[in-house]
Amino acid sequence: MVPESKQPDAHAGCGCGHHDPVGRRSFFKEAATVGLGIAAIVAPIGAAIAVMFDPLRRKSKAASNMVRVASLRSVPSDGIPRKFAILADRTDAWNKFPSTPIGAVYLRRPDEKTVEAFNVVCPHAGGFIDYNVQNKCFLCPLHNSAFSLDGSIMDPKSPSPRPMDSLKVEVRNGEIWVSFQNFLAGTREKIPA
Amino acid sequence: MSPLPGFIDWLDQRTGCRSLTKEALYENIPGGARWRYVWGSTLTFTFIVQIVTGIALWAAYSPSSQTAWESVFYIQNSMSGGWLLRGIHHYTAQAMNILLVLHLMQVIIDGAYKAPREVNFWFGMLLLVLVLALSLTGYLLPWDQKGYWATKVATNIAAITPLFGTAVQKIIVGGTDYGHHTLTRFFALHAGVLPGAAIALIIGHIALFRRHGITAKKPYRKPDAAFWPDQLLIDSVACLAIVGAVMVLVLMNHGAELGPPADPSENFSAARPEWYFLFLFQFLKYFPGGTEVLGAILIPGIVMVVVFLMPLIGRSVKGHRFNIAFLFALIIGASVLTWLAMAEDRRRPEIVAAAHSAEQTAERVKHLANSPSGIPASGAITLLRNDPLTQGPKLFAKYCASCHRYDGHDGTGLKLKEQPTASDLKGFGSREWLTGLLDPDQINGAHYFGRTKFKNGKMVKFVNKKVRAFSGEQKTQLTNVVAAVSAEAALKSQQQLDGSSKTQIEAGRLAFKDQVGCAECHQFHSKDADASGPDLTGWASREWLVGIISNPKSPHYYAEDNDRMPAFADEKILDANSIGLIADWLRGEWYEPAETR
Repeated sequence: MVPESKQPDAHAGCGCGHHDPVGRRSFFKEAATVGLGIAAIVAPIGAAIAVMFDPLRRKSKAASNMVRVASLRSVPSDGIPRKFAILADRTDAWNKFPSTPIGAVYLRRPDEKTVEAFNVVCPHAGGFIDYNVQNKCFLCPLHNSAFSLDGSIMDPKSPSPRPMDSLKVEVRNGEIWVSFQNFLAGTREKIPA
Repeated sequence: MSPLPGFIDWLDQRTGCRSLTKEALYENIPGGARWRYVWGSTLTFTFIVQIVTGIALWAAYSPSSQTAWESVFYIQNSMSGGWLLRGIHHYTAQAMNILLVLHLMQVIIDGAYKAPREVNFWFGMLLLVLVLALSLTGYLLPWDQKGYWATKVATNIAAITPLFGTAVQKIIVGGTDYGHHTLTRFFALHAGVLPGAAIALIIGHIALFRRHGITAKKPYRKPDAAFWPDQLLIDSVACLAIVGAVMVLVLMNHGAELGPPADPSENFSAARPEWYFLFLFQFLKYFPGGTEVLGAILIPGIVMVVVFLMPLIGRSVKGHRFNIAFLFALIIGASVLTWLAMAEDRRRPEIVAAAHSAEQTAERVKHLANSPSGIPASGAITLLRNDPLTQGPKLFAKYCASCHRYDGHDGTGLKLKEQPTASDLKGFGSREWLTGLLDPDQINGAHYFGRTKFKNGKMVKFVNKKVRAFSGEQKTQLTNVVAAVSAEAALKSQQQLDGSSKTQIEAGRLAFKDQVGCAECHQFHSKDADASGPDLTGWASREWLVGIISNPKSPHYYAEDNDRMPAFADEKILDANSIGLIADWLRGEWYEPAETR
């Protein structure tokens, strides 16, 4: 322990002016301690924050590339939706996976000419929407968001804020190509994830 | 003389250990030790259990999307005591959540949050939030279908938090998509950040508790006692009872459940959070589109704020009563919501079916992982994706069941309302199937050609006229032909039968050409340019099946006579791998574990 008489602030606050240099020196000492302490920790903490926040720079790469999903023949034009996995190259941090399932879509042909594609992910909270055979509708098995076959909201009381996310479809030489994309859940607008 | 007291003196002079021990153990308990004071101790105990079991699990766990499920599987099934360890960690976590509610109830009912203990109440509330966060992050780590899909919902809900929600989601998930970094981050939270924060808060919580002393329940029934040994004895009994309850659950369920590995392209309708989060899950169902933020963030947020403010609200008698009423309303509300969620799931056949099929898939992947080939580096999910028994029924239901049936159903067990319009392929290639086809009473039934364009074809005419009129000798020859053609399939299920009837098969091959007259239309191990029916060389073998599924219009099969069957390969409906899976499944070619063989 520092002896009483040698404590730097032993005369602090006596107001005589004589001890000001001590007070000033004490202030500088304190400021320097705090400043040097912060300086010492700034690089390690900065690096840690940089790595922790790195995902903010990541953008979804799957966006807007056309992917071949199925042949036109595998989706009968009876209006009944059929589920297909989306196979695409995927980079997961340090790994590259060639042609791996990255999600799924419902394809549907209401008539001979039209092909519709919906992302299977529920716009409410990201559940995987089921096709309900009995009621001929889409039903999310989590919070019961219900959608008509054209993807529109069937029951306005159900929790989804927007219709199922439709995706751009092209038919090329009898094959169905889809621009596969995921969207943010829980928003009224369709915002790419 | 024992050297021990001397050593303790020496140590005490240097560390002050005597006064520390005294402070820790001889805390005064006014009115004596009581059962109602056990909750804090039991929570500390369960937390220590979680740290000990958690570190042991940590030493065997590998967080990445190819190794998380696999390492947990290894812990569960291969490491000695692994299932026990997982089970204890899993069920103790559940016990902690119950104990937290009991502890909170007692603190509020007894008014233990009142001045000067407000800060300690807030420490406790933060600990409650941390324990819930530990539960949530731990649920994902096995990377099974249930944890994967349930946690996706949780992180999506985090994203709807106004202002910084999406940023928070990205940081926790480690990007826009679930993958390696979701696991590394959840694991860092689960095993590092959250328990570290909890330890700091527990130290503060206990220090503050000691500073203010226990909130003793009046009237005092007995003289004051000390923490050691009076209260600690009771606490120990309570802790033992909790471990006992946990052990019962662990043994009953053989440890914690491990579902099938996570698959982003495979839905899991029975994905649910842990039971103690079910009330929040159910609550969300009541908020129509666009108001989700109310049910997911705002209302739970307000509830948490009210509970945080309870020490201030509880200053007056009325405020204290309000707190108690609020707490009971919360508990009753949460219980009702939990019950509603469970009741609805039991009522809905698709949820029950999904849970059942997940159990079966989990069992299947366990067999595959234990098979001689084991789990490949690409992960257990590839075992399932390449397993005929898992994929065959799904592919059949999607691509074949619009016309065909399998034992009357669509392959997955679902009976369809529509009538089949092509043959039932259960047992295709077997003697039984072929015998039925050659039976005049069956060939034109729905099971075979009755609803196809072959119902008026040569084969049906042949069976109806010639076979019907067969003599006894010819019938025997026909049986031999059945044996010979069916032997082409080389089915696993007929291996023994084929092996033991080599002479019959040989006789059948000869009869095929002469006595029975199949060779008039079919080729069989010989070239015949005039043959109009499918070539029966290698009938129902893998190669034959892959061929007919790939292109039934090939001259080898139905050629121009093909009914409605698509050329699955040539029309690019299915890839070679999927066609192979269907063929293998129809032929019963899949891995069977030794004990069920």
